[in-house]
Amino acid sequence: MKIHEHQARDLLAQFGIPVPPGRVITDPAQAPDAFAAVSAGDGSALAVVKAQVHAGGRGKAGFVKLVRSAHEAADAARFMLTNRMVSPQTPPGGLAVSKLLVAAGAQIAERPRSAGGGREEFYLAITTDRASRRNVLIASRQGGVEIEQVAHDSPGAIIKSPLDPLLGLHPFQARRVAFALGFKGKQVGQAVSIMSALARLYVQTDCTLAEINPLVITPPTGEHPDGRVVAIDAKFNFDDNALFRHPELEKLHDASEENPAETKARALGLSYVALDGSIGCLVNGAGLAMATMDIIKLHGGEPANFLDVGGSASEEAVTEAFTIILSDARVRGVLVNIFGGIMRCDVIAQGIINAAKKLGFRVPLVVRLEGTNVEAGRRLLQSARADIPTMQAASDLADAAKKVCASVTA
Amino acid sequence: MAVLIHAETRVICQGITGAYGAQHTRGCLHYGTKLVGGVTPGKGGTRDANGLPIFDTVADAVSQTGATATMIFVPPVGAADAIIEAASAGVRVICAITEGVPVQDMIRARAWLDQHNASAGRGFGTLGTSVTLVGPNCPGVITPGPKTGAGTAHDDPYTSAGCKIGIMPGYIHTHVSQAKRSKAVAIVSRSGTLTYEAVWQTSALGLAQSTCIGIGGDPVRGLSHTDCLRLFFDDPDTHAVLLIGEIGGTDEIDAAGWIADRRAAGLPVKPVAGFIAGRTAPPGRRMGHAGAIIGGASDTAEAKIAALSSAGVRVAASPAGMGRAVLEAMGL
Repeated sequence: MKIHEHQARDLLAQFGIPVPPGRVITDPAQAPDAFAAVSAGDGSALAVVKAQVHAGGRGKAGFVKLVRSAHEAADAARFMLTNRMVSPQTPPGGLAVSKLLVAAGAQIAERPRSAGGGREEFYLAITTDRASRRNVLIASRQGGVEIEQVAHDSPGAIIKSPLDPLLGLHPFQARRVAFALGFKGKQVGQAVSIMSALARLYVQTDCTLAEINPLVITPPTGEHPDGRVVAIDAKFNFDDNALFRHPELEKLHDASEENPAETKARALGLSYVALDGSIGCLVNGAGLAMATMDIIKLHGGEPANFLDVGGSASEEAVTEAFTIILSDARVRGVLVNIFGGIMRCDVIAQGIINAAKKLGFRVPLVVRLEGTNVEAGRRLLQSARADIPTMQAASDLADAAKKVCASVTA
Repeated sequence: MAVLIHAETRVICQGITGAYGAQHTRGCLHYGTKLVGGVTPGKGGTRDANGLPIFDTVADAVSQTGATATMIFVPPVGAADAIIEAASAGVRVICAITEGVPVQDMIRARAWLDQHNASAGRGFGTLGTSVTLVGPNCPGVITPGPKTGAGTAHDDPYTSAGCKIGIMPGYIHTHVSQAKRSKAVAIVSRSGTLTYEAVWQTSALGLAQSTCIGIGGDPVRGLSHTDCLRLFFDDPDTHAVLLIGEIGGTDEIDAAGWIADRRAAGLPVKPVAGFIAGRTAPPGRRMGHAGAIIGGASDTAEAKIAALSSAGVRVAASPAGMGRAVLEAMGL
């Protein structure tokens, strides 16, 4: 599960990581007040207005804007709340934006030329490395840019430090990373406490990604001669399997960012991913569902979806699965591929029959059943043939793929 | 002899009174598994519908029944603890069937097991000397036995000398004594139903299965593909291996590297066939399994297929061709 940037900032603050002041608005009329409130703090009449959507590419799409007055803030807000945001990461029609973050524009210290020049921007993240089965802290002096690009262009610029699976990030590890990143004086202690807090946050809230980009050093002041280390933007992904112990995070879930069919499927215990093709798939088991998509493609078809009904779906869930598949107007044929283990073939067969009565199959339906209670399942389907005129039985996986692809191109 | 489990393995079920635990305890008993009891805290001293004794703790169950293997159906919130409880009580083979265990729980549980095994001076995945974890989010492990004759899948016992620990349909498996070709393939897979498909195809082609291991679809788990290859290559009853993988992670690439290294070192290599699911999966989307998501270039289906092929693995292009690929790898 993903959350919005403003929610991520709240979470950082909750764990003691400093973020510039910010406010969430939903109406351009709120922009002047928000601008005044966030830019007053450090005396700089500078703020940034940012669309709160999960999709990336906001900056290039014009949905992140630096503003220098209440008037500019209101203009930016009006633009973002009345236009759809289109980027390579949004659906083709773009996304409607309903919430904006107005945050103080943090000043960033210049990096000394002896240290490479530019600005004091860093990258800091924790993610889970499945190969080593560890959570890993990842840091770089090249912040504010795409880390994938840094990893590709200069892999040596990335520092990795694995978290102890039982004890977390040791303070000495955080110190080593802070020194390697070039932090000086009082900056070191601040960076260490930010890394330690991020590591605690990662484990305690069951993240799969916790990213601060950029982490910056503000220019020196009388009060802070070494500047302050501050998180400007953050991104979190959480482990869906652990949400049961984080009701406070589950509340942050924004269903408007998802395909409605995927949301509905999840509520029914089905695993569904919408794709672009014309052949709907209903399969039990994730691996077999992926393999079914693959074999459709091998036979010249295009899958319309990934759908795993799981190991123990009821007749009702199977009927609902068909409702979801058939509500996709592009679907011109459906392939049911079931290898019954826990799942019983007679339950699937009854689900198909119920769906036919409730929805009516206007598109060709190819059914391949094997496994537990397969004879009972086949008998049920055979006796209901009159109700499902578009149905064909398939003898095996290859036969099923061949038949459904032929029926769609016919 | 097969690997990990065999006819004499004594098995308990953790979570035996839950709906799935009870259902699959019955299924394993029917298959012929020596299921000797179960654990549900608070129900110790009672018996289940099959008359098996129920214990409050795994330690009690082990000391009373002599069990060396367990299948875990404990819900996600307690699954990692159930794994550690089993290992602490001396259970050697732990099959965690539970789906939906949080990744952080598995990181801690796996690290605990690795330390537990290291302090015993043994590596991970060597039966009899250390604790082996299979799963979680997996169908379990089966070493098929000969079918007893006229029975159906619901007869008791359906096989002699068979051991099924998990949720797979037992009747699709074939024992080598009843296989037309008198050869047995071992199967390792991250996916449950895709494994059943592979078992069904190999049985239909006249092959037997020595042991099938579902290692599970989660990012952090017990046995890896490579661990299983090691076990299978050491097993005299395994004549070939079918390795089924999918997108996400680098487990299959590691397995390909292990095979290639063996070849380079002049060590014997058994015939290996493979299949990788998810060639059509879009990047960045999770495909049902928590572990099935394409992140970088090395965890795509193409990268895995290329690595396996160059290690001499016969990779099936279609999931309908897995059984045939095994025959081809064996030169049959």
